[in-house]
Amino acid sequence: MLGRTIFIDPGRCIGCQACVSACRECDSHRGKSMIHLDYPDEGHTVASLPTVCMHCEDPVAPCAEVCPAEAILITADGVVQEADPTRCIGCANCVNACPFGVPKIDLEAKLQMKCNLCYDRTSYGLAPMCATVCPTGALFYGTVEELQAERPGVDVSTLFAFGDTVVSTGVAMVVPGERQTPVPGGTLNLIEVNGRPTPGNGARA
Amino acid sequence: MSHEHVPLDPSVAPLGTRNFRDAGGLPAAAWRADQTEQTLVPTHCCFCGVQCGMYLRVDGRGKVFGVEPRNHDINRMRLCPKGINAYQQVNHPDRLTVPLMRRSRDEPFREASWEEALDFTVAEIQRIQGAQGRDAFGMLGGASLFSEKTYLVGKFARVALKTRHVDYNGRLCMVSAAGANKLAFGIDRAGNPFSDILQTQCLLIAGSNVGECFPVMTQYVWGARDRGATLIVVDPRETAVARTADIHVALKSGTDSAFFNAVLHVIVEEGLTDEAFLAEHTTGWEEVKATVKAYPPARAAEICGIPAEQVVQVARVFGTADRAMAWHARGIEHHTQGVENCLTVINLCTATGNLGRPGAGYGTITGQGNGQGGREHGQKSDLLPGGRSINDPAHRRQVAAIWGIEESELPQAGTSMMEMVWQMQRGEIRGLIGVCNNPFVSLPNYAVVKDGYDQLEFHAQLDFFLSETAANAHVVLPVTTWAEDEGVMANAEARVVKHNKAQEPPPGVRTDTWVMCEIARRLGQGGKFAFEGSRDVFDELRRASAGTVIDYYGITYERLEETGGIAWPCPSLDHPGTPRLFEGGKTSHPDQKVHMQVVEWHPPADPYSDEYPMTLTTGRTVAHFLSGNQTRRLGGLVEQTPRPWVEVHPSHGFRNGEPVRVVTRRGSEVLPALVTEAIRPDHVFVPYHWPYPVAANALTIDALDPRSKIPEYKVCAVRIEPAREIDPVPAPPVPPGREAYPEAQVSRTDPLPPTSPQGRGTAERG
Repeated sequence: MLGRTIFIDPGRCIGCQACVSACRECDSHRGKSMIHLDYPDEGHTVASLPTVCMHCEDPVAPCAEVCPAEAILITADGVVQEADPTRCIGCANCVNACPFGVPKIDLEAKLQMKCNLCYDRTSYGLAPMCATVCPTGALFYGTVEELQAERPGVDVSTLFAFGDTVVSTGVAMVVPGERQTPVPGGTLNLIEVNGRPTPGNGARA
Repeated sequence: MSHEHVPLDPSVAPLGTRNFRDAGGLPAAAWRADQTEQTLVPTHCCFCGVQCGMYLRVDGRGKVFGVEPRNHDINRMRLCPKGINAYQQVNHPDRLTVPLMRRSRDEPFREASWEEALDFTVAEIQRIQGAQGRDAFGMLGGASLFSEKTYLVGKFARVALKTRHVDYNGRLCMVSAAGANKLAFGIDRAGNPFSDILQTQCLLIAGSNVGECFPVMTQYVWGARDRGATLIVVDPRETAVARTADIHVALKSGTDSAFFNAVLHVIVEEGLTDEAFLAEHTTGWEEVKATVKAYPPARAAEICGIPAEQVVQVARVFGTADRAMAWHARGIEHHTQGVENCLTVINLCTATGNLGRPGAGYGTITGQGNGQGGREHGQKSDLLPGGRSINDPAHRRQVAAIWGIEESELPQAGTSMMEMVWQMQRGEIRGLIGVCNNPFVSLPNYAVVKDGYDQLEFHAQLDFFLSETAANAHVVLPVTTWAEDEGVMANAEARVVKHNKAQEPPPGVRTDTWVMCEIARRLGQGGKFAFEGSRDVFDELRRASAGTVIDYYGITYERLEETGGIAWPCPSLDHPGTPRLFEGGKTSHPDQKVHMQVVEWHPPADPYSDEYPMTLTTGRTVAHFLSGNQTRRLGGLVEQTPRPWVEVHPSHGFRNGEPVRVVTRRGSEVLPALVTEAIRPDHVFVPYHWPYPVAANALTIDALDPRSKIPEYKVCAVRIEPAREIDPVPAPPVPPGREAYPEAQVSRTDPLPPTSPQGRGTAERG
């Protein structure tokens, strides 16, 4: 059972970077954003998705496993914290180990920084800053039940395969529900939009 | 923040519960990185027409230092990047804190006392009006002002300056929709609240990049989608909202009315009209029906450059839905037929009986924070408070009585913003006060605008940053930001919300209200401008609007603070407000019917030729706001979008980031290409937030809609050609003796197009 966590729903992302701006406002790393906004198919579509720390559970936090200084600690409730500045040596092992490309190194400070699920907020019962402000709900904070109540028919996934290794995460990805919109008067053919056939109204791509 | 090592507290959560929030107690106190004393001041964002609620964080010294999401009815904690960064303006190093003045444009600015600056301003007003007549001095307001201040701009111009020449920058934004609404409904506002969108079965969005220009409104669009609504987006670009639409109609810019006429044609052909509604609640339907006969899908396909099937699809989906809605924004309004485009959308909603029901209706999305309120209370050249017409003798008498002047003293209607610039060029307007606007970036055909302003003998500008326009003025008066004063704004749903004062203005800064009242006093009209602050002005505004269509009488500051917003009309103190108009098909016309209007499509003003074969369209990007005077100075937003670009289709053979010269009949500039399939091959797109030499508005045409006088920003003829060097982005102007704020200079010279919601383009594949 997945607890109260972040759900990423790329189908809702509009690429506005409100999460990036909001992350800069987080009081535990003010002025630095820990979120990456990615464009999976640049130039072909405006699709985008935010990348936050996935708080890996099995294997537990690859970034923490490879840290020679034991600087990356995991709380009892499964939040993988950013590097403890009193221990971190800025070696970037964690950057190489993370399958999602999350940690960042501040080269000047020789310090790793990453998303800590806004622990300063979540521990007080607030949602993380990014999921709080996300205008579209591409970042959602809550339980699976709350998510499905709001978005009927969606499913979630916490398993990611990298080659033979499957990583199970504490942050989940939303899998869109099947969507069938019947067209009154019967289904029409695919429509060419910008030179590409575009499915609409229940037509299969 | 402190970086001391904090031992984890095992009592925080039992192992393995993974319950991040209900952690059963608070962790070690040091998790709370910010230990300073802070208060949260509830207010709203200063930017777009959604008017999201937010808290400003104020520290122990009384300074704004941050933002906190607020669970307000409009946005439910959500904010966009502009809203999150908005607080950084308040104590920004670029803030103007001393009046600047110079006797002629050949001199540099020098700092002056308020006394000297106001004396000079008043002397110049009297000199110009004495020599050239009252109408030689004009005033331009803005729609980012609180409603109280917009009311004051209109009153100040007509009572203190006694000039007919007053207009505001909503002329570039909302007037087409306003004109159409007045013609069809007799009332000028969106018909439905945002929350109605969640109940619709078919949502049509025309000419609105909701994802970038009104990001927080997207929650309603996606909410409708979640509930099974069909989403139709009409836009030449595949915007973030168009990307997931069921039907994306990528029509040519400037062909909207042909498209909507054709949709209505199919709806008539297939018998999908609501005849009972039409018979009971409309006039003019027979004429409209006869007109759309000439717009079969094949003709629309030819004019709009889309498959004819799409017209049929849209018509069937919209026409068969029990509850359908249409929302539009500048995309169909910034045209020489802007009013007519809006009328075709109104005709579509009316013909299918989609008005005044939950999930069924019509709305226009205001661009500026107070785009709605800014046009209600007398800033516009032809309107008086309460949406009264300045040409109507009865209305004139009412307002004259409220203002304590004779009806004969009230000036007649003036001209629109762009026409005023032409009048400056001709020497008919020789002096100007500008409040809260930046025409050097926001008006089309920059060469004409610069020339017009350069002709002015005297130009004063009120602002809190030195805008490109203010940098050209004789007097610049430093005024407050939205966080240093209280007042109301009306959002896109016509919901009036209250902004609260979060901090005292910096020393030397006054409110716009104080400045206007003080100049009025020096002009001998002090008795009519005895306002202590916004609250006094609002009380007069309430009385001035009582009994009109735009009735604010029942709205008080106290009620707004209790309710979180009231939609006008609200005629009495116990009236709940009117979130939804047209219930039961009743409009504000005397006969309570929708007056349907005949619309014929005609081509845009700028003709295509072999030399200029393509279409240039302009618009906004999510990180910046309008002329960028506020947002181009905030580090985070500059980092997100440091410079403009030109969006081109891969078929033109440009590589991503390559310099492309964009040439129109009015100018040319070199911008980096953002190569993307998200735009039609025959269009290019340039965002308009930057000043000359990288201003989209140095390229656009100053052709106006004959009825609303809105410029045709959204379409002009253009060609693109390879170039060698990309034009640099100028830093925003700063007062003399100051350095440009380094954080706002991020990657200003970066040759690559910025990361935008359109991606970064591609040089590979395709």
